[in-house]
Amino acid sequence: MAIDCLVLGAGQEVGKSCVIASINDKRIMFDCGMHMGHVDHRRYPDFSRIPRPQGTGFDRAIDCIIITHFHLDHVGALPYFTEVCGYGGPIYMTYPTKALAPLMLEDYRKVMVERRGEEEQFTADHIVECMKKVIPVDLKQTVQVDKDLQIRAYYAGHVLGAAMFYAKVGDTAIVYTGDYNMTPDRHLGAAQIDRLHLDLLITESTYATTIRDSKYGREREFLKAVHKCIGGGGKVLIPTFALGRAQELCILLEDYWERMNLKVPIYFSAGLTIQANMYYKMLISWTSQKIKETYSTRNAFDFKYVTNFDRSMIDAPGPCVLFATPGMIIGGFSLEVFKHWAPAEKNLITLPGYCGVGTIGHKLMSGKPTKIDLDKDTQIDVRCQIHQLSFSPHTDAKGIMDLVKFLSPKNIILVHGEKPKIAILKGRIKSELGIPCYDPANNETVSIPSTHYVKAVASDTFIRSCSHPNFKFSKSSMEDGHGSSFKLGNSAPQLQVSDERVAEGILVIEKSKKAKVLHQEELLQMLGEKENKVQFAYCCPVRIGNLEETKSTDITSTNDKLSMTDGSLWLQILFARLSDEFSGGNIQDFGEHLQVESFRMSTCLKETCPYRIDETLQGNRSELVFFCCTWSVADEKIAQRIISILKNFGSSAVKRNSLVPIG
Amino acid sequence: MKFTCLRKGGDFHCPPCHILDICGFRVLFDFPLDLSALTAFSPVPTSFNCSLDEETSCCPRSDVKKRGNIGKPVNANDLIFAEPFYKTVNNLHLWNAAFIDVVLISSPMGMLGLPFLTRMKGFSAKIYVTEAAARLGQLMMEELVAMHMELKQTYGAEESDFPEWMKWKELELLPSVLGEIISGKDGEELGGWIPLYSAVDVNDCMRKVQRLKYAEETCYNGTLVIKGFSSGLEIGSCNWMINCPKGDVAFISSSIFVSGHAMDFDYCALKGNDLILFSDFSSLNAAENLENDFSVRSTNDLSPLRSLYEADENLEEREKLAFLCSCAIDSVKTGGSVLIPITRLGIVLQLLEQISALLDSSNLKIPIYMISSVAEELLAFTNTIPEWLCKQRQAKLFSGEPLFDHVKLMKEKKLQVFPAVHSSNLLMNWQEPCIVFSPHWSLRLGPVVHLLRHWCGNQNSLLVLEHGVDVELALLPFQPMAMKVLQCSFLSGIKSQNVQPLLEMLQAKFVLFPEDMKQISFPKANSFSVLCYSENETLRIQRLKECPEVEIAMDLAAKFNFKKLKQENVNVTRIKGDLFIYHGKHQLLSGNEQANSKCRPLLHWGSLDLESLLTALSKMDIKATVERGMSDSDNDNVSVVHVHEPNRAFIEIKATSTVITTADENLASLIFEAIGTLMDGV
Repeated sequence: MAIDCLVLGAGQEVGKSCVIASINDKRIMFDCGMHMGHVDHRRYPDFSRIPRPQGTGFDRAIDCIIITHFHLDHVGALPYFTEVCGYGGPIYMTYPTKALAPLMLEDYRKVMVERRGEEEQFTADHIVECMKKVIPVDLKQTVQVDKDLQIRAYYAGHVLGAAMFYAKVGDTAIVYTGDYNMTPDRHLGAAQIDRLHLDLLITESTYATTIRDSKYGREREFLKAVHKCIGGGGKVLIPTFALGRAQELCILLEDYWERMNLKVPIYFSAGLTIQANMYYKMLISWTSQKIKETYSTRNAFDFKYVTNFDRSMIDAPGPCVLFATPGMIIGGFSLEVFKHWAPAEKNLITLPGYCGVGTIGHKLMSGKPTKIDLDKDTQIDVRCQIHQLSFSPHTDAKGIMDLVKFLSPKNIILVHGEKPKIAILKGRIKSELGIPCYDPANNETVSIPSTHYVKAVASDTFIRSCSHPNFKFSKSSMEDGHGSSFKLGNSAPQLQVSDERVAEGILVIEKSKKAKVLHQEELLQMLGEKENKVQFAYCCPVRIGNLEETKSTDITSTNDKLSMTDGSLWLQILFARLSDEFSGGNIQDFGEHLQVESFRMSTCLKETCPYRIDETLQGNRSELVFFCCTWSVADEKIAQRIISILKNFGSSAVKRNSLVPIG
Repeated sequence: MKFTCLRKGGDFHCPPCHILDICGFRVLFDFPLDLSALTAFSPVPTSFNCSLDEETSCCPRSDVKKRGNIGKPVNANDLIFAEPFYKTVNNLHLWNAAFIDVVLISSPMGMLGLPFLTRMKGFSAKIYVTEAAARLGQLMMEELVAMHMELKQTYGAEESDFPEWMKWKELELLPSVLGEIISGKDGEELGGWIPLYSAVDVNDCMRKVQRLKYAEETCYNGTLVIKGFSSGLEIGSCNWMINCPKGDVAFISSSIFVSGHAMDFDYCALKGNDLILFSDFSSLNAAENLENDFSVRSTNDLSPLRSLYEADENLEEREKLAFLCSCAIDSVKTGGSVLIPITRLGIVLQLLEQISALLDSSNLKIPIYMISSVAEELLAFTNTIPEWLCKQRQAKLFSGEPLFDHVKLMKEKKLQVFPAVHSSNLLMNWQEPCIVFSPHWSLRLGPVVHLLRHWCGNQNSLLVLEHGVDVELALLPFQPMAMKVLQCSFLSGIKSQNVQPLLEMLQAKFVLFPEDMKQISFPKANSFSVLCYSENETLRIQRLKECPEVEIAMDLAAKFNFKKLKQENVNVTRIKGDLFIYHGKHQLLSGNEQANSKCRPLLHWGSLDLESLLTALSKMDIKATVERGMSDSDNDNVSVVHVHEPNRAFIEIKATSTVITTADENLASLIFEAIGTLMDGV
């Protein structure tokens, strides 16, 4: 099982966003956009590449479609796909997107058919039918598409209702960002998402290499240009699409008008924008915090200075500001007004940051043309001012990196950006964050592994045992301490306490039963068996050297040593030595024995001990002390180390003549 | 898991209140106020004579009151003449508020008592409310505080926290009807009375509230995954689902399948939980009133006018509204005004639409007024929350129309909104006859008191009340009443006949059901078992899930070293990692500890066969002989295997222990390995 991402659009380009993500055999289509720059088959994603059973529609090939926002490069191909190609499954989008997408689609269809005279790809009815299949979702609403597939929308800024979508199948989770903005603007908040555990993040990268400065400076520039123009009695033409930018600029202008006490009229060219404001008013909860807080006294989309424009007013004298659709001056009313206003020097035309190739907007932006050819017969003198808006509702490179760092996904796919810029960002992500990153071209597939968990049940005893404190005390000895500067407090080494709770248990799999994690103690009970304790034992002989010296050197408070049995006396000597030399664990002194984990050691006074190996020891038996050690296999390492320390005692003790282990 | 019902449900305005102990956390469901108890207080000085103008000027205090004896019919002078107190959930006193971990609010009405809770010392629980309910609840609380402040001005400042009327001497003098409202049947409810919170308390409370989107999943302490699904009762009201390692629980509050304004009861989302806490008491209240959904009465004539039975709940509700509208129109036609102190938002919004439509179609130009300090905000708010409305309203969004008609009505000035009766705008625009919506339904607070004083003598005027209000008591201060009174009940929960099929469909293992609603019988062959609960009794619930589930990370699982046991079909492996609880699930992830390269069994069981051991050892080129039958001090049978080559070693073998002794570490490992092949171990 894996995640396969087939990029049908917006791979190393901007336009016709469409990614087919198969997560553990669930297939989701993220966005279904169209390309504004093409008029042939390239305008739509190549849906034929979606694997499907022969001769059927796409119902069984795709589990659901998710649309992130209402821009045409994200939703433009949807009616074509659902109604013409044939898809009847669920489509998810946020409430604002469901409300506004049909306006965009219908507007686009009209422009295509009525103005450009193209053959229509889908009809008005197709749009209506398509929208009927749409299930609206709220932000953060957790939608169970089916038993295994869960999706959730997060606020993305960008345009009203734009959302990033989280999708989870089993234990595998991905996020598809759509377009987003990490800084709030006039009417929308900044993108917001939870810290999710993600296998894959698919993010837009329109401004993969741009770092933008403050927005306010650029807004001021725009306002200054407008003010200057109307101050000189000129007319300002703002060609925009009905939704999104129009509202943002309008809020900006309203605010400015209010502050500067301006009386120059602001017009909306078509009913569409007025109608769009109606939607905005109802969808106030999707806007920025500031607008939300003030709506009950004054809805920010109740524009005070804005009135409807009438065709007859085009040549009326006096200054004014006019919002006219469509944007980029691709035709329609904005073109009509352009023809009238462009020849006058005092007029101003503002253009958005991006204009498609071939549009008049694009021609105006490239250089400073004095003449524009509309068609063979018409030529327009352009003498007016041109101002290009430089603020954009997309995140910049810093924002992308911030989001990536915040989410720390296991893999990243970059889409919706120009090829060279994407490649640079990809390199940055790989080198700075060490996250595998891909930038597939259109129609390429990226495969990445997915996360799975093994499911089991756990016994209460096991769960409880995991939460038991597991304190470990260690003295930070001077040898591995940080330096000699602290040596002054030598006599009292610092006690370090750690509490790393380790879950340790036994996984049992019985036929036809769920795998179960048990605590060790429960296993035998379950099996009905008795433990057979397998242990190691070794009765270690140590030769006694100069006893008196040892006593005086190793044990300082020896006044009442008579009260100690011989055995415990030797043990005390050993304890003192081990505390010095052994660092692998916490030695506990129980009086009769010493213990480190399961390793136990006591003085053996028996004549014959079953754990004594070397029966034939050389030398005087009275010079030997036996330390009987037992341990279980888990602490073999500790045992080996302690015994080897005993052996090292031997060599060092030869000089000091105290304890000499033999073995 | 433990469950305690602190207060069983009253009507729509006073939802029940419970505490659930789950996964070691205490969850409080709702914290309402019993505003119907306000009727025990006098709205204005009783000696007052009805006139709008006089009222605003000054209010003579009647300090000497005559009190009727117990048993006698209550009279207006019996009402408590003091700044009203408010009745909260009394039984919460038995709990320490500081020990509550989570508060789940299921409707705007369910949060009216919340400021009392949040200002308590040590209170630190997380409060989850849907964003719509939070907004509506806040507006309701703000309105309550504003109305109370207005009343307080009439009475003047209270001298102490323990008012005169609360003294036993005074309480004993109260007529039984009032006595029961104040102190309950046994006097135990007296502790629930408390002076109203302030606007500051409300603000503090709202700051502590965690607002949730529709069906937003939230996680408390990694353990409880909490989600709210619409209940259909009111905008923003919801049923809660709690998933935790111990089981899945659904809390069903009063729910309406098909609503005329709010999003419908989403019962499908509640399917397949282990436990259902059924907390819809509405059919209990409805049961006794089935006969008279409607009753129009003049003051003395209490005969029911009309009753309605329809299978289709929504149709039935719509007919009720239609009837109500027609009554209102009849009144205005005769020159009387209509006073509607109903505050159920859904009813108000729908009545606004229907009455104005009816006025239009009857060619009547009668103004509609809405008087409330929060009305403007409330109406603006309702038009911005398509996510919480029913399908038909959402469809309006998608076609670009306002969600409710009141937007248009306000624009056309057919509906005028004023913050108070004394606002200058109102005085300038006031026309009679008119239709007025204004709080409060208890007829003790708010603009309705003034208007009722004004119209109570007018026989052409109409007062519309909700069922559940004790009409006699409520109207007492306004007697004699010439005004017509229309009382009507609205659906406020699951109808009793739908309860059983609903529960059947939800497929839970257990259902906690109110003892008081036992009249709803469940067939013996239920798929679920029913546990009955009653007020103030703690119910222990047996474990819902056999065992908690745990998810084991793949990289950890990849290191599994399964061992097949001698017992058929059992495989075991040791597992070691870090246990986390994330999003209500236990997860076992590989810790930072290095896994042991050697995977040797640490635990053995069974007995060791000597012959096999010798064979196994000899295969490893270890030469050994056996010494049997010795008895040690504990009288255990001990055998010792002596190993001669490659080094000296002993293996001491008893029934339940085996000890390997050798100075040669390698040999020790080899012998251990040999033993491992002969015994089961892990």
